[in-house]
Amino acid sequence: MLDRREMMKRAGVAALATGFGSSKLLALQSTTLPIGNGERPLVKYPQKRPLIGLTSRPPQLETPFSVFNEGPITANDAFFVRYHLAQVPLDIDPDKFTVEIKGKVDHPLKLSLKDLKKLPAVELVAVNQCSGNSRGFFDPRVAGGQLGNGAMGNARWRGVPLKAVLDKAGVQQGVKQVSFNGMDQPVTDKTPDFVKALDIDHARDGEVMLAYGMNGADLPVLNGFPLRLVVPGYYGTYWVKHLNEITLLDNVFDGFWMKSAYRIPANDCHCVEPGTAPKATVPINRFTVRSFMTNVTDGAKLKRGGTTLKGIAFDGGKGIKEVAVSIDGGKTWNAARLGKDLGKYSFREWQLPVKLAAGSHEFRVRATNNAGDTQPNEAKWNPAGYLRNVVETVRVTAA
Amino acid sequence: MNRLFTLALLPAIGAITALSLGSLTAAPVKYKLPEETVALKPGPNLEVVKNNCTACHSVDYISTQPRGPKFKKDFWQAEVTKMIKVYGAPIDDADVPKIVDYLAATY
Repeated sequence: MLDRREMMKRAGVAALATGFGSSKLLALQSTTLPIGNGERPLVKYPQKRPLIGLTSRPPQLETPFSVFNEGPITANDAFFVRYHLAQVPLDIDPDKFTVEIKGKVDHPLKLSLKDLKKLPAVELVAVNQCSGNSRGFFDPRVAGGQLGNGAMGNARWRGVPLKAVLDKAGVQQGVKQVSFNGMDQPVTDKTPDFVKALDIDHARDGEVMLAYGMNGADLPVLNGFPLRLVVPGYYGTYWVKHLNEITLLDNVFDGFWMKSAYRIPANDCHCVEPGTAPKATVPINRFTVRSFMTNVTDGAKLKRGGTTLKGIAFDGGKGIKEVAVSIDGGKTWNAARLGKDLGKYSFREWQLPVKLAAGSHEFRVRATNNAGDTQPNEAKWNPAGYLRNVVETVRVTAA
Repeated sequence: MNRLFTLALLPAIGAITALSLGSLTAAPVKYKLPEETVALKPGPNLEVVKNNCTACHSVDYISTQPRGPKFKKDFWQAEVTKMIKVYGAPIDDADVPKIVDYLAATY
């Protein structure tokens, strides 16, 4: 017999099943990113508010930058979407879904969502950012998804530590890496399936999470329903969506998406002279330090006198120590007041009251993390268009 | 969203309770993607491009790439080569220059 709660839950799913059928794209306006060829449609997808459409098949949606001024948590319906392969799972049965843990384990497992939800749950606020976030600003431009700054978001993720599940399965001696595969598939079997891998120590650090919840709700379909990997501080490429296959390996995984794609130059700056190729590369990993002003947009006309500048900052997991703001093009800097600390992987809000004389002003914002890492004044370059974290500049006039 | 959800919930409960409990199975979440927003611009060898490129991805993968004199033949040649070598696109050798010409002339 089903109890009332179970009934409600299932009915909710049924309502979703009938509710997501909008086959026609609602006619909306377009928007223009501040990059060459930056015109984009604003598109309305089920479970999402109108977002910036980068591509339709597979879907890639960018969060309009104004959303980041709404608060430190990015709403589920505004969260960016990035797929690699066009066979996106569109018919998902959460009651039949399982994730398999296999390979070099003592007890191969097949866990249902219910099994996972019986394990002690953890929550963590963490930024997810696409490796190619801000690629459109690279100079010289590079091929790839031409994104503005909206391929990032900050959510409260709920799930179970990957470690708990791996311990249950019993990791065998000599395991080097763990690979992660999701339900999305390529159109042809000649295209490498999207599979990512982490070193075993990283996978067992207790923070990497199998997440089924996002900001108090189920994951939206396009953000990986019903289960995704959360790799705090690491670029989104590792956050495998619709995760259903976890394999323990006694070698370093050599699939295309690790061995050839998502690589950064293997030097200290992870950069090269613009237009040149790196000699050696390593897999992309932790976020660089970034900060943004969210309540004033480039080209804004402000009233002279007192105003408060605000924004967000984040890094790869050391935590933000300081945000400095300049209103004179970088000549002098003032420390902003940091907002509530939601954890070292979260967006950290900042604000600073300033007085503006009449005339034009160049605002800059620069964050430093607890390891002393900060943002460069000049943008660094790499051929894939990753890791962008130059000090952002916002030009305004006051009258 | 929440109100919409609650409204949708009530008839759904009715529908489910009307079924016999024995046959009650989990309701899958069905998601429908909206229609694509961009079509290929007219240009030379349009049909070849349509047949080869749009089987795997939408046209906006092409139309959103950077524009300008540095993003002509060499750029598109590299992209088409990547599609074949890296992503396994089954494109005939004879079609490659036609596709590159179209892309360089049109975008």
